[in-house]
Amino acid sequence: MAGFRKVKEFVIEKLIFASGIASIIFVALIFIFLLSEGVSVLKSTSLGAFLGGRFWYPISDPPKLGILPLILGSLLVTAGAIVLAVPLGIGAAFYIADVAPAKIRSLLKSGVEVLAAIPSVVLGFLGITLLVPFLKHTLGLPTGLTALAGSIMLAFMALPTIITIAEDAINAVPREYKEGALALGATHWQTLTRVIIYGAMPGIIAASMLGIGRVIGETMAVMMVTGNAAVIPTSLLQPVRTLTATIAAEMGEAAKGSPHYFALFAVGLVLFLISFLINLTADLFLNRGKKR
Amino acid sequence: MNNQICKAKIEVKNLTIHFGKVRALHDLSLDVRANEILSVIGPANSGKTSFLRSLNRLNDFEPHIRISGSVRLDGLDIRTDIEAEDLRKRVGMIFALPIPLPRSIYDNITYGPRLAGLRDRAALDRIVEDSLKAAFLWDEVKDRLRSSAQKLSGGQQQRLCIARTLALRPEVILFDEPCSGLDPISTAKVEESMLELRKDQTIVLVTNNTKQAARVGTRTAFFLMGELVEIDATEKIFTAPRDPRTNDYIVGRFG
Repeated sequence: MAGFRKVKEFVIEKLIFASGIASIIFVALIFIFLLSEGVSVLKSTSLGAFLGGRFWYPISDPPKLGILPLILGSLLVTAGAIVLAVPLGIGAAFYIADVAPAKIRSLLKSGVEVLAAIPSVVLGFLGITLLVPFLKHTLGLPTGLTALAGSIMLAFMALPTIITIAEDAINAVPREYKEGALALGATHWQTLTRVIIYGAMPGIIAASMLGIGRVIGETMAVMMVTGNAAVIPTSLLQPVRTLTATIAAEMGEAAKGSPHYFALFAVGLVLFLISFLINLTADLFLNRGKKR
Repeated sequence: MNNQICKAKIEVKNLTIHFGKVRALHDLSLDVRANEILSVIGPANSGKTSFLRSLNRLNDFEPHIRISGSVRLDGLDIRTDIEAEDLRKRVGMIFALPIPLPRSIYDNITYGPRLAGLRDRAALDRIVEDSLKAAFLWDEVKDRLRSSAQKLSGGQQQRLCIARTLALRPEVILFDEPCSGLDPISTAKVEESMLELRKDQTIVLVTNNTKQAARVGTRTAFFLMGELVEIDATEKIFTAPRDPRTNDYIVGRFG
C-alpha cells in the first residue's frame, strides 16, 4: 500500500514537472524551427538585402525579397496605435483607479474586460464596414484602407492590456504616499501628477510596452483594414502592409522550399525577435517596480 | 491654569461618521482649545483615528463614508467655508508610519511650500532650518540636507515628517499615533518637540500609549466604541476619572 502511494507520488511529481517545462520546450522548438527555416533565406539573398531591401516581389523572377517596407509598415501602424492608446489607456487607468466612484469603477472595469474579449476578426469587420468608409469620406482619401485605420483598430486592442496593468501599478502605490501628499495640502491633481505617477511609473511603462507587444503581433484586424500594399509608407494616410499580414496572406500560396517560403519564415523570425525584445523590456520595468 | 477662558480653536458638534453600515463615530461634540495638546485615548475601533482624520478631511476619499454634524476651525465650517487643500495646510497631520518621499531631506521639507507655489531659495532655506530646529532634528542632519531622506533612522524620519508638516506653518497639528513604531529615546524627542510646538500651535494627539497621553496632554479625551466617554484635564482623567470605564481602560482592565 505504502509502495503504491510512493509510486503515485512519483508519477504525479514527474507529470507536474513535465507540464512545467513543456512551455519552455515548446518555445525552444518553435524558435529552432523558425531559425532553421528562416536562415535558409540567405541562400537566395544577403542579410542586408533582406532587411534593407525596398522591394517585396517574392514571386517575380528572380524574386525580390526586401522586407524594409513590411518592417516600416508594422512600425508605422504600431507607432500610430501607441500614440492613440497609451495616453488614453493611462488616463483611463488613473480614472478607474483613483478618481471614479465605486459604481462607475466596476462598470468601467467590466467594460474593459469585454473590450479585451472581442475577437480581433470582429473588430476588423467593424473596421472594414464602419471605420474605413468613415476615414475615406471625412479625410477625402482615395481609399480608407490606410495605416491610420490599422492604428485605430490596434489601439482598441492594446487598450485593455494597458489599462489593466497600469491600473494595477497605480493601485500598488502605497496609500501612505497619497495621504502624505494630501496632508501637506496637495490638491488631488497634484497628488496624482507628482506622487502617484512617480510611484507607478515602472508599471505604467511596462503596461505600455506590453500594449506595444500585443499590437505588433496582431494580424487579422490589421490585414483587414490596412490595404496591404507593400510599399515604403510616407504617411499614416497610405495603405501599408505589416509583417504579420504578409505571413498570413502569403503562407498558403508559397511553395514549400522556395525562396518565398523561406523568406516568410525569416519574416516570422524578425517578428519573433521584435516582440521578444519588447516583452523583455516590459519585464525589466515590471520587476524594477516590484523591487521598490 | 484656568481652562474655561481658553478660546476654542476647533469646535466639533454632533459629529457622526459611518463607513457603509459601520458606525465609526457617534454624535461627538467637543472643543479643541487653542495652544493645548488634546490627547485622545481609547481601545481599537473606538473612533479616535476617524475623528482625527475628519479634522483635516482626509476621510473624504474613503468609499461609502457618510458624515453628519459639523467641525468648525476658528468659527468656519471646514466642509463649506474652507477649501480642503487650504484646510490641510492649516491643519497638518503626522502619521503613525513616517513615509518620507524618496528624495533628499531638503526636498522633503520644501515639498509642501513648493506645492503651494513658493520658489524663493532664501525663504525655502530659512523654512528648512526653522522647521528642522522645531522638530529637534537640525543638529543631526544639518550637514547632509542633500542626502536621501530614506537613509535616516525611523525616529529621525518621524521628526522629518514633523518638520515637513511644520514647513507649512500650520495652526493645528494632528498626530496619529506618532510614536507607535519608535524606540523610547526617539519617542522622548518627538514628545519634547510636541511640548515645544504647543507654544505656537494647537495639537491633537491620538495615542494607544496612555502614559504618553499622561505625559504630554493638556487635556485628555477617552473614546469607546465611537463615543466620547469623557474629556477633562489630563491630571483629572488619570487620577479621578468620572466614568468607571475610563478608569478600567487606564489601569488596563480592557483594550
